[in-house]
Amino acid sequence: MSAATPTYAGTAGAAARGKVGIWWFLASEVMLFGGLISSFVISRLGGSAHVEHDHLNVTVAAINTFILLSSSYTMVEAYAAAERGDRRGMRVFLGLTVLGGLAFLGIKAYEYTGEITHGFTPWAGTFWSFYYTMTGLHALHVLIGVIANATLCLGARLGLERPYRVELAGLYWHFVDIVWIFLFPLVYLS
Amino acid sequence: MSHASPTVTAVRGPHEATGFFRTYLYATDHKMIARQYLLLGLIMAVVGGYLSYAMRWQLAWPDTEVPGFGFVGPETYNVLVTNHGTIMVFFVAMPILLGSFGNFLIPLMIGARDMAFPRLNALSFWLLALGSAVVLVSFLVPGGAASAGWTGYPPLSAKAEYTGVDWGLTLWLLAHAIEFAAFLLGGVNFLTTIVTMRAPGLGFGRLPLIIWQQATAAILFLLSVGPLIAGAIMLLMDRIVGTGFFLPERGGEPLLWQHLFWFFGHPEVYVVLLPALGAVLEIFPVFSRKPIFGYTLVVWATIVAGALSFIVWAHHMFVSGMDPRLAMPFSITTILISVPFALAVFAMIASLYRGSIAFELPMLWALAFLAMFTTGGLTGIFLGSAPSDIYLNGTYFVVAHFHYTLISAVIFGGYAGIYYWFPKMFGRMLGTRLGQLHFWSTLVSFNVVFFPLHWIGIAGMVRRIANPLQYDMIAPHQWINVVSTVALFGLVASQLVFFVNFFVSQLRGRPAPANPWEATTLEWTTPSPPPHGNWGEALPVVGRGPYEYSVPGATRDWLPQRTGAAAAEARP
Amino acid sequence: MFLSWLPENVSTFGRDIDGIIALIYYITLAWFIATMGTFAVFLVRYRRRAGRPAGYIKGDRWREVAWVLLPCLLVLVLDLWIDFKGARVWAKVKIESPASDVHIRVTGKQFNWVVTYPGPDGRFDTADDKTFLDEMHVPAGKPVRLTLEAKDVIHSFFLPNLRLKQDILPGRSIPAWLDAMKPGQYELPCAHLCGVGHSGMKATLIVHEATDWDAWVGEQWSGSARPGEKT
Repeated sequence: MSAATPTYAGTAGAAARGKVGIWWFLASEVMLFGGLISSFVISRLGGSAHVEHDHLNVTVAAINTFILLSSSYTMVEAYAAAERGDRRGMRVFLGLTVLGGLAFLGIKAYEYTGEITHGFTPWAGTFWSFYYTMTGLHALHVLIGVIANATLCLGARLGLERPYRVELAGLYWHFVDIVWIFLFPLVYLS
Repeated sequence: MSHASPTVTAVRGPHEATGFFRTYLYATDHKMIARQYLLLGLIMAVVGGYLSYAMRWQLAWPDTEVPGFGFVGPETYNVLVTNHGTIMVFFVAMPILLGSFGNFLIPLMIGARDMAFPRLNALSFWLLALGSAVVLVSFLVPGGAASAGWTGYPPLSAKAEYTGVDWGLTLWLLAHAIEFAAFLLGGVNFLTTIVTMRAPGLGFGRLPLIIWQQATAAILFLLSVGPLIAGAIMLLMDRIVGTGFFLPERGGEPLLWQHLFWFFGHPEVYVVLLPALGAVLEIFPVFSRKPIFGYTLVVWATIVAGALSFIVWAHHMFVSGMDPRLAMPFSITTILISVPFALAVFAMIASLYRGSIAFELPMLWALAFLAMFTTGGLTGIFLGSAPSDIYLNGTYFVVAHFHYTLISAVIFGGYAGIYYWFPKMFGRMLGTRLGQLHFWSTLVSFNVVFFPLHWIGIAGMVRRIANPLQYDMIAPHQWINVVSTVALFGLVASQLVFFVNFFVSQLRGRPAPANPWEATTLEWTTPSPPPHGNWGEALPVVGRGPYEYSVPGATRDWLPQRTGAAAAEARP
Repeated sequence: MFLSWLPENVSTFGRDIDGIIALIYYITLAWFIATMGTFAVFLVRYRRRAGRPAGYIKGDRWREVAWVLLPCLLVLVLDLWIDFKGARVWAKVKIESPASDVHIRVTGKQFNWVVTYPGPDGRFDTADDKTFLDEMHVPAGKPVRLTLEAKDVIHSFFLPNLRLKQDILPGRSIPAWLDAMKPGQYELPCAHLCGVGHSGMKATLIVHEATDWDAWVGEQWSGSARPGEKT
């Protein structure tokens, strides 16, 4: 892939292409979570998914929310560092973002364990089915984000960094955060 | 023009791919990927056609041994009906009309060297190939392949005990998931390419219509498939984990699946239809030597139809048990969607007015598309009206209707495109003698297969039954089933003519000039087939709209979109 | 070409549905003839001939565009006509239901129709219920109220001769009604793929003449009150 960058009528360059691409991708992701969340809301309105958040650990989930939001902040800092050309800063903040994501997953696993040992399995009722499907799909997205960020972090160590990729990973990571901001009140609070 | 002196950087195209592995297996060149999609689509079409042969034989002569297949019976029949639909829609129509046409044409028609993300493009194709393999493998697992209909309505699809199919149905769902991922990534690629990589001078108002249609199709797919992926995850959970999203005895709601499925399902019809319509819209001006009538109107009609397609889904569910008060709003949106399509059809007919129409093969297919699609569109009104749908829903009238719309797109629109771009794609002309035979025999046999199915549907024959003779109302009309099946033999045979022509012409056909049809769009200014990187040293520069035919005062009856020195070389 | 294929209609609202189908048929037939006729004329008239160049008509001025926009407007008007006529028929069949003293529960299961009559006490799931397999009896000329249920998967209750179809979702009771005008025997197929036995899952609807119906009821409940009637 050694072709020189040609001049196009549209905006040129890999960064711009990547950004347009990721936005379209996120649009379809919005519809994926939108479909799942609306199904949940409709089921609740229809009365079939009784909310059982008494059995959820709201405190732990709130701490988890805080961790995930903080990791969005470190992601912003990573991009800012990449823009400045501050390789070390970029690596550090990417590393912190990865740690935040891993902590979120760990705590989520702890929550799942607690719930399952109390008998609230995915097949324990419609609410629980939705709970595990929605948070599980979200956790899968967090995991993918962690892998992407870790790849960028390791790549930076090997001198392969492309700053715009940090921006793309950041867009994705913020999206994953926003999904959680919808899920948290819907599942735990309302 | 703002592009008075475009920066045409002298670039060398990417290196020619070398070696078998780089050329065929890990190909990133959009033209090779387009050929791969085409081949995969044709292979899967053979499978889907084979299934329809066994199915139609069973319908004409129930419970007799099908030559070359074996005994069918009700169990196998459900497998056939399910997988025929799945394969034809997801593994034939989409690979050919989006995968192949989109990949081949988007970079060539917008003046790019490749897609925006060439490696992602290769990944899309190989995911689709994997999905196709999973569908085929599902026939071999214990319990057989999926048999809950192509729509896979739960609870039938949610529990193995209801169909007797266990792994087959799970694999069927998995194949869908892979296919969705493939076209989702493909759609991202299409849209990014169209937005960011148009040649200098190629504004949105100068895009060939098929690019608009491909872009709209990609957007429709991206925005509609999410909810169905969510539904597929839920159905998989029901089957594997034991949740009860769609199972009433566990507190679930079967109707939810139908909403998720059709929210996707109706836009999906246009995902298949629009690229075919686009191909036909490219062909009409070339063979009538006239600009397309109402370019802007057609673009708006496409966008409006695409937007409306998101609010019509419940017309598939008038009698599903949903609140009957919802029927009228959806009936109105559904019938409204006929307006933009009527506009497109009228614009196409108007494009012929005072034309100089040459009945060459691509044009024959395109004209047939218009006639078949109009028929399919009009029969749709019967189903879009809620009260007449009470009677016609679930009958063979529906089967006839959607074969007229989908086959007009896939067969007539698809062949129109294949016959038109074959010279560009393979560098040789497609034989016209066999082509004529193929066209006329397909046109006649297609209509004999499917038109009488309207009648038997109105007579009350319901879909997805393995043996029509079990019904006293239908038995007297059984001759229709026999006629339809016999005609299907003709339809299949005429496709064999195509296959022979397709492969023989690739090897022995007359070498194609760069622009055999004297067409205006950019792809005809490259050699046939285009080299790696498409444009040699300099990117093309676009100076005018896509359909400048018979411009008064011009020396020729066509003015290419491409302007500047390079355009002169591309004269035939 | 289409309408003559409809099976005989024997229900009251069936006439209205046939009316809508006929309306749509004539409208679409007229459109088919108009568009395909124009299409054919253009193909013949404007076929390529030496020395006759094509016109340069882009369709970007209002005077030209009117030629396609006005027909589209006509499409829209006819569409709305179909919808407004249809709305009344839809409401009659699916939303409103007439008062009825015969109440029947039909349960779809893989792969039979189970038809239950509440008996003299007018209530289901009591000792005087009578259940028939793949056989449904109704009186002619009287509205019949139906409660449709499904035991396992989705089935679809389809009476072609009565122009009535309703999918049945397991876990729900779906109301429907019919009023048969002509005594006789009619087929009742399942119209929704429901598994291996879907093909051939059908019942017989037997419409009795009024006197015949009383006799049939008397036979079933040995002289006691008619099914559905409150005691």
